[in-house]
Amino acid sequence: MLAYVARRLLGAIPTLAVIVTLSFVLTRLAPGGPFDEEQALAPEIRANLEAAYDLDQPVAIQFGRYLAGLLHGDFGPSYKFRDFTVTELIASGLPVSLTIGAAAIILAIALGIPAGIWAALRQHRLADRMVMSLAVAGISVPVFVVAPFLALVFGIWLRWLPVAGWTAGRPGDLVLPVVTLALPVIAYLARLTRGSLLEVLRAPWIRAARARGLAPRRILLAHALPAALLPVVSFLGPAVAAVLTGSLVVETIFGLPGMGRHLVQGALNRDYTLVMGMVIVYAALMIALNLAADLAYAWLDPRIRRERRL
Amino acid sequence: MSGLLELRGVTVKYTLTGGSRRRELTAVDDVSFTLQSGEMLGLVGESGCGKSTLGRAILRLVPLSAGEVHWQGRRIDRLRRKEFRGLRRELQLVFQDPNACLDPRMTIVESVAEPLRSSEPGLPRAQRIARATALLDEVGLDSELSDRYPHQASGGQLQRAGIARALILDPRLVVCDEPVSALDVSVQGQIVNLLARIRRERGLASLFISHNLAVVAGLCERVMVMYLGRIVEIAPRAALLPAPLHPYSRMLLDSVPRISPAARRRPVAVPVATDPDAPVAGCAFAARCPHVIAHCRSELPPLQARPDGRLVACHRAAEWPGGLPPATA
Amino acid sequence: MNGRGGLWRDALLRLAANRVACASLAILMLMIVAAIVGPLLLDYRQDEIDWAHMAVPPLTAEGHWLGTDRLGRDLLVRTLHGLRVSMGIAMLATLVSLAIGVSWGAVAGYLRGRTDALMMRVVDVLYALPQVFFVIILTVVFGRSPATLLVAIGAFGWLTMARIVRGQALALREREFVEAAIVGGAGTARIVTRHIIPNLLGPVIVYATLTVPQVILVESFLSFLGIGIQEPLASLGNLIADGAVEMETASWMLLVPASCLVLVVFCFNFLGDGLRDALDPRDH
Repeated sequence: MLAYVARRLLGAIPTLAVIVTLSFVLTRLAPGGPFDEEQALAPEIRANLEAAYDLDQPVAIQFGRYLAGLLHGDFGPSYKFRDFTVTELIASGLPVSLTIGAAAIILAIALGIPAGIWAALRQHRLADRMVMSLAVAGISVPVFVVAPFLALVFGIWLRWLPVAGWTAGRPGDLVLPVVTLALPVIAYLARLTRGSLLEVLRAPWIRAARARGLAPRRILLAHALPAALLPVVSFLGPAVAAVLTGSLVVETIFGLPGMGRHLVQGALNRDYTLVMGMVIVYAALMIALNLAADLAYAWLDPRIRRERRL
Repeated sequence: MSGLLELRGVTVKYTLTGGSRRRELTAVDDVSFTLQSGEMLGLVGESGCGKSTLGRAILRLVPLSAGEVHWQGRRIDRLRRKEFRGLRRELQLVFQDPNACLDPRMTIVESVAEPLRSSEPGLPRAQRIARATALLDEVGLDSELSDRYPHQASGGQLQRAGIARALILDPRLVVCDEPVSALDVSVQGQIVNLLARIRRERGLASLFISHNLAVVAGLCERVMVMYLGRIVEIAPRAALLPAPLHPYSRMLLDSVPRISPAARRRPVAVPVATDPDAPVAGCAFAARCPHVIAHCRSELPPLQARPDGRLVACHRAAEWPGGLPPATA
Repeated sequence: MNGRGGLWRDALLRLAANRVACASLAILMLMIVAAIVGPLLLDYRQDEIDWAHMAVPPLTAEGHWLGTDRLGRDLLVRTLHGLRVSMGIAMLATLVSLAIGVSWGAVAGYLRGRTDALMMRVVDVLYALPQVFFVIILTVVFGRSPATLLVAIGAFGWLTMARIVRGQALALREREFVEAAIVGGAGTARIVTRHIIPNLLGPVIVYATLTVPQVILVESFLSFLGIGIQEPLASLGNLIADGAVEMETASWMLLVPASCLVLVVFCFNFLGDGLRDALDPRDH
């Protein structure tokens, strides 16, 4: 198991290196410099600006300095938000994004898995059909449609919740963003849990347990569920990716000062360093959480756990 | 003298990838035999003993690691691919799984007619189909089935089609690779009878591969017994059945279904991947042999001819010239 | 059902028996025709401002079936234009990823060995990248034109196709009917054209159908954020973004393009599922 952890950790490093290199190279490929859109800068001001941002150096040196900075947690200056460094923007946005992201994942697990179990135990009955229809809708309707729609219904028509804003973590502000982010994950988890549980319940060893006269509750809790939830655990990696991608939309619509909004702003302003920094942080988050999900899977699956120990 | 098909020292090794070390698995080990024109030669052995690989190696579906294959006195294992394609019409194969060996996107008659495309490129489609239909009739496949797709027919029907496809080029040798083992028992007999009839009518030679000694003994005049890649005994059916010389042949004969449950419990030999640098010494059967002596574990017994022409690979075969008696339970 | 093509006809019959898939196909056809022809038949151009009818709800003003936006532009015309742009990009990007993915996967699966390992390593690395974020970088770097969007989405879209095709090609090469064709004397060219490609076609068609809605979603996602298709060009994404801004007073501006998008995505997914069922003869 330890060797497995070490191997997976080492495997994540080249991926991250590729991401950093590729995003750096891509932004340097850009036609024209970042200050081309400013109104006719005097040549000396332009030269000063470029010197301040290292743009007068060869690309290799720029890359070296950028990497050295990254290792110290320094993502460089923002091209457009002149008063902030990218690191400061990340530091301000990360807690917001992590809060809603974590809340969404927890909500999705708390609702999606029980819904899937319920549907599986009532296969072909009304409850099953309802849960599955909702799940199909939840999967097919994208976040950027759900978010304004929920805001319209609950914020404007019903006036139950604030439409947008962020007042230092006022819980009401978080409800709509978190629910919006959680919905597709709930839908996926419910569908996955249902399918997996149904398959396990049909397995010969569960029938054998039934034939031996074990109580249905015990069969479900002690035998079927642990096996059925394994594929669900492996879905958590992609789920994290979905939540992080969705957070771009949710933060923009609900006006939350998170990383996603900074990234979108940066993209709109063609603020290369900001976009690059944000993408690197997002990528690192995805890789780390994916890894965590994989390790959890390996730890939970006795077959892998045993094998690695040998 | 050279027969229709002659193998000399044929060896097939697979390289196993995965794991830290490269390992090799010898599926077929130093196999030599001669098949005469019109002869039906049986090859028996347990699952995994390499008999299918041997059949495939003859048809060049698997590359040889060593040895020679001669066809009518001409060496063919070194031929270029293009040259070998000319031989395809003489050497054909009937596959084990009739379901897998027909393209699911072609009708049965199209699959049967397909080999004619390369052997007689000028033949119009209508004539190809007509020839295939006639042949399907000969192997007893309902004419209304010929326009169907494989998933619409049963295993026995598909195997008739598989046989028809092997015959359409009018070959001189057909390798039958476990042609009945994937079929229902009730259908197996029909297919065996069909093969016997075709062989009788067409006089073609065949290498008949099976794990079922009863099936092989029913069809073939001469039988080869294979154990973990090596031929351990070659004998005429009439001699082998009452008096096997190799302890493994005896074991196979003893395991032909009987009522006694003890007889059914036969251990299965699994080929073991070996380190190419440290070959295993001795007879591969030593571990299971009831007659094993120390010498068996140190030295590999060669396949040797007896005065009466039977071949056996056992150090102690001379001790039972009249054959091994059945094991007493 | 004789001769070649019979299996495809069977598949078509099975598809015809699938009501949901047929309805989806019909709706999609209708929407495609409407997106191409509709704007020509309607009285307004997409950027034409009707000063007399600004932000009118659907069915209230003469000629504006689905109402107008804040600037008095006809919402039906704009939605049809958006549909045209979104579908156009999606189909082109799908074609791009189809071309790259099929050739990449087929070559890797056919050559096997070291080349295959290397080619699939490239796919694995690209797969590990957070794709949407790299599409964002690409649009930032190369400008927010439809062409950039097309290339950026196509650049990632082919990965799954390559994996599917390679897996199929590898599996098909090992299948006994390919060996049987070799024994029958068939050369490489005929094995590829007569046995490998026809058996590959089914999964490729199914996956391509399922790729279109995914691309529509990515493009609308970016356009929604303002990073994709730019005004005055309409796409379903930026129409939804406009609608989201105005939803307090003009909810139809959100609901019209949003329902259009959801309908398209649903229909493509149902059609893809229906094709999957229809093209696999073994399940029936």
